[in-house]
Amino acid sequence: MEMVAEKSGVLAVSREDRRRYDFYGSLEQHNLNLAPAGIATLQMNITKLCNQACLHCHVDASPKRTEMMSRRTLEKCLEILGAYPEIKNLDITGGAPELHPDFEALVTRARQLDKHVMVRHNLTVTFDGNPQTGEPKTYLPEFFAARQIEVISSLPYYQEFFTDKQRGRGVFNKSIASMRLLNTQGYGRDGTGLLLNLVYNPVGAFLPASQAGLEADFKRELAARFGLFFNHLYTITNMPIHRFKAQLQRLGSYEAYMDKLLAAFNPEAARGVMCRSLLSVGYDGRIYDCDFNQMLEMQICNGKPMTVFDFDWADLQRRSIRFAAHCYGCTAGAGSSCGGATAS
Amino acid sequence: MSHYYDAKDLKRFAEVGKFNPEFMQKFFDYYNLVTGTDTALTKREKALIALAVAHAKQCPYCIDAYTVQCLETGSNPEQMTEAIHVAAAMEAGMALIHGIQMHNVMQEHGAL
Repeated sequence: MEMVAEKSGVLAVSREDRRRYDFYGSLEQHNLNLAPAGIATLQMNITKLCNQACLHCHVDASPKRTEMMSRRTLEKCLEILGAYPEIKNLDITGGAPELHPDFEALVTRARQLDKHVMVRHNLTVTFDGNPQTGEPKTYLPEFFAARQIEVISSLPYYQEFFTDKQRGRGVFNKSIASMRLLNTQGYGRDGTGLLLNLVYNPVGAFLPASQAGLEADFKRELAARFGLFFNHLYTITNMPIHRFKAQLQRLGSYEAYMDKLLAAFNPEAARGVMCRSLLSVGYDGRIYDCDFNQMLEMQICNGKPMTVFDFDWADLQRRSIRFAAHCYGCTAGAGSSCGGATAS
Repeated sequence: MSHYYDAKDLKRFAEVGKFNPEFMQKFFDYYNLVTGTDTALTKREKALIALAVAHAKQCPYCIDAYTVQCLETGSNPEQMTEAIHVAAAMEAGMALIHGIQMHNVMQEHGAL
């Protein structure tokens, strides 16, 4: 039986949303069976602490949050990574994951396990440092380069207005300065193998433009205006949960946004949803189908909830991925995932 | 009727075809082909043109639709603002060029 976190307001999936935005119904209508297709990526959300408090953040991360993955849980994740060569990628996210005290150790040891390591790096943490301790983080570009880490960074637009509106005053200029440091290390430049990928998400209640078109715009404009380089742009649809849902409700546009996502349901994008090949681990070790389900507390439940401490590969392959109204965010238009669009 | 414009009416556009669905469907096919596809002009360029026309014609439905369409095709506020300045400049030019007619009339009346 489907379990849905039944909280009020913006925190979880409401009964009304389940009725109006029936994702399972859409799958049935299009004869889609979105079964797990292996686990290529383990995504670890190691902290909700962040130096920023962005308008669209589905984690509700901020400088005031204190949740941190324990060392015991982190060790267990590394054990899983070591035990399963099928898991090729480690995707470290937060909050700002660099603010976790064991971040450097996690990255270093995952690389020693020969995993491809991606860090969701917000760019500004390099200059802001830890908002609670004041610890500086200016070593990050060099640290990333030395370990051949793929850096994935949000930059909502190649101009200041949209970027600062979504991510806070001064974020754009700091992001540009941080990109310059990464470029200096070789990131975003052909032949270095150092990948710097940017993430675009709309600054408001609308869908992203085409990924290819925006990538071309970003490359042209960032090179012309600032002499900056990156590899790829990922377009991500804003997920109608938590802080962004609250914003939609304040604007009176939640229903219009949901209707737009529903109308734009794309079966091709649905086939490529990231939850089919990714597992998401929360700071407390619980396992979810994706980071969004994690924030809605929709824990993987194939008979019983699972944590990293009772990780069961075979059981995970047999599980039914849990869907709800927010999943329309991943299937609208060209689709959306942590790696950008999922359909042409 | 308490008011003339309601944003919710935009979603009811297809109801205009109630008494002649064939004509309406042909209109929608034409409209979607012209505005909703990348052809010699990109969808982004078409959206900026449509936004400008929407302002020139002062259609609130179209301003609603094409502001969003411009954002969803990657335009930024500077580009969108320039588009409506083009519309405004054209409107101004179209008013001012008729000043020649004013001069012509004045000449006919011996006043110029």
